[in-house]
Amino acid sequence: MLKDITLGQYFPDDTVVHRLDPRTKLVLTLVFIAALFVARGIVSYALMLAALVCCIAASRVGARALLKSIRPIIAVIAVTAALNVFFTRGTPIVRLWAITITREGLIGAAYMVTRLVMLISGTFLLTYTTSPISLTDGIESLLAPLKRIKLPVHEFAMMMSIALRFIPTLIEETDKIMSAQKARGADFETGSLIRRARALLPILIPLFISAFRRADELATAMESRCYHGGEGRTRMKKLAMSPGDYISLVCGAALALAVVLTNMAAP
Amino acid sequence: MPVVYSAQRGAADAVLRAEGLVFSYKPREGELPPRVLDGVDLSVWRGQLVAVLGHNGSGKSTLARHFNALLAPVCGRVLVDGMDTSDEKLTLDIRRHVGMVFQNPDNQIVASVVEEDVAFAPENLGYPSDEIRARVDGALRTVGMYEYAKHAPHLLSGGQKQRVAIAGVLAMEPKCVVFDEPTAMLDPRGRESVVNIIRSLCDDLGVTVVLITHHMEEAILADRIVVMSEGRVVMDGRPREIFTQPDALQGYGLGVPETVSLLRGLREDGFDVPLGALTADECADAIMTAVGGAVLSGCENGDVAD
Repeated sequence: MLKDITLGQYFPDDTVVHRLDPRTKLVLTLVFIAALFVARGIVSYALMLAALVCCIAASRVGARALLKSIRPIIAVIAVTAALNVFFTRGTPIVRLWAITITREGLIGAAYMVTRLVMLISGTFLLTYTTSPISLTDGIESLLAPLKRIKLPVHEFAMMMSIALRFIPTLIEETDKIMSAQKARGADFETGSLIRRARALLPILIPLFISAFRRADELATAMESRCYHGGEGRTRMKKLAMSPGDYISLVCGAALALAVVLTNMAAP
Repeated sequence: MPVVYSAQRGAADAVLRAEGLVFSYKPREGELPPRVLDGVDLSVWRGQLVAVLGHNGSGKSTLARHFNALLAPVCGRVLVDGMDTSDEKLTLDIRRHVGMVFQNPDNQIVASVVEEDVAFAPENLGYPSDEIRARVDGALRTVGMYEYAKHAPHLLSGGQKQRVAIAGVLAMEPKCVVFDEPTAMLDPRGRESVVNIIRSLCDDLGVTVVLITHHMEEAILADRIVVMSEGRVVMDGRPREIFTQPDALQGYGLGVPETVSLLRGLREDGFDVPLGALTADECADAIMTAVGGAVLSGCENGDVAD
């Protein structure tokens, strides 16, 4: 059950997409999301979809892995689609008792589903092709200007990378605690929802206690390795923009421009 | 209590030095503070591998934390290469000179890639990036983990993780490394690899090592053993001197290595074996000699013919 979590999972490889600077990928993802919400009309969507498919193909991540990432939110997509189908006014196509399905509703639902699937595939493509550590480095570097207004950007990035580092460790530990509780007769699988939620308590409490102990030991270990905040700290791997990054950024800007232009051209 | 080597060495040669060190955690109101360390005087000489033994609560881990300026003494002082650990301005310098490896390998690895973790300390010290690269590669080679540089730490075995943690400390190029029960959570194979690295740090790199442990077998490899009890240093000597006093050790809640207890048992059964044979090989040789002698003397007496 816990092994299926794919959030923040990274598939190491050496493709054009993997080699891009994390800052480039972050900016492109943000541009992509923004364009997705601006896009209207079949041409805009076709452009966006073509760009996304190209990126996916270049990254060699595989459609199966991306589709797997969509599975947990299928319910959300279905509900959104249903709302669009049933509650959009317009030209009726089907009429059954109180339910009316309109042409506009069907079209709207189709757009909405495409938009959500593209949104999720796009963001997961980022985490699949970027190691967590370079992702946090990228975020820290992009947010660096905020240090001037005294925002703790370095601390935030450090917290994030430590959290990512400990996700697998804590998942493993949760599995161990669950097995230990099961061995003593705990039952997580049957009973009402409330009952099952309550059964999780004996897992959460030991997990929390252990997480605090780990945090304490990690803090001591970091201190003994001369950690003293972000001041005066250097990095082994410096982020560097390559010509490929600039080309990608230009392509991203061109895509955004194209979407805006086709929007204006569309009725 | 014999004080080893202190006669022939001057104070300047001490990498670590505790003088009248007293430490207690903040007591509750109205209580007398229990002294975790109760007047420790100890000098660790350059290039030595010192094992610190003691049962739980003897203060050995607390002592280790003083050498790294993680704790500051309540009374007395601790000097690292002549620097007083109570001086906060020197804290970073002290930590760069004295690295520390802890018990749980999982809870001291910061990054999600092996080489990034090893780079953590030199990054904190602000070295330029090619210098860090060189140090990281060197440290990973020293502990034999270079091929794992790009791996995720959580997929490594306990022994491998602990070797990564050692590399993380070596990347600071410290003069001294304090190990706080580094093998307590490892399987026998991992333990062996870590112990071999600890010994080679001292022999090949000339790093001074303090090894806090409660495994007697590991202490055999040390140049010197310090036994702690109730926050004091109660025994101090070469392994041979310490382990030939099993009754004294038992009094401090400690056992002796299996080799010594085997030889003791044989001695009680009337075999003339020396107690000082500590390693398995020495022990086997000693038994062979003793048994060979017994068989020979038996032949002379004609016992075998009966």
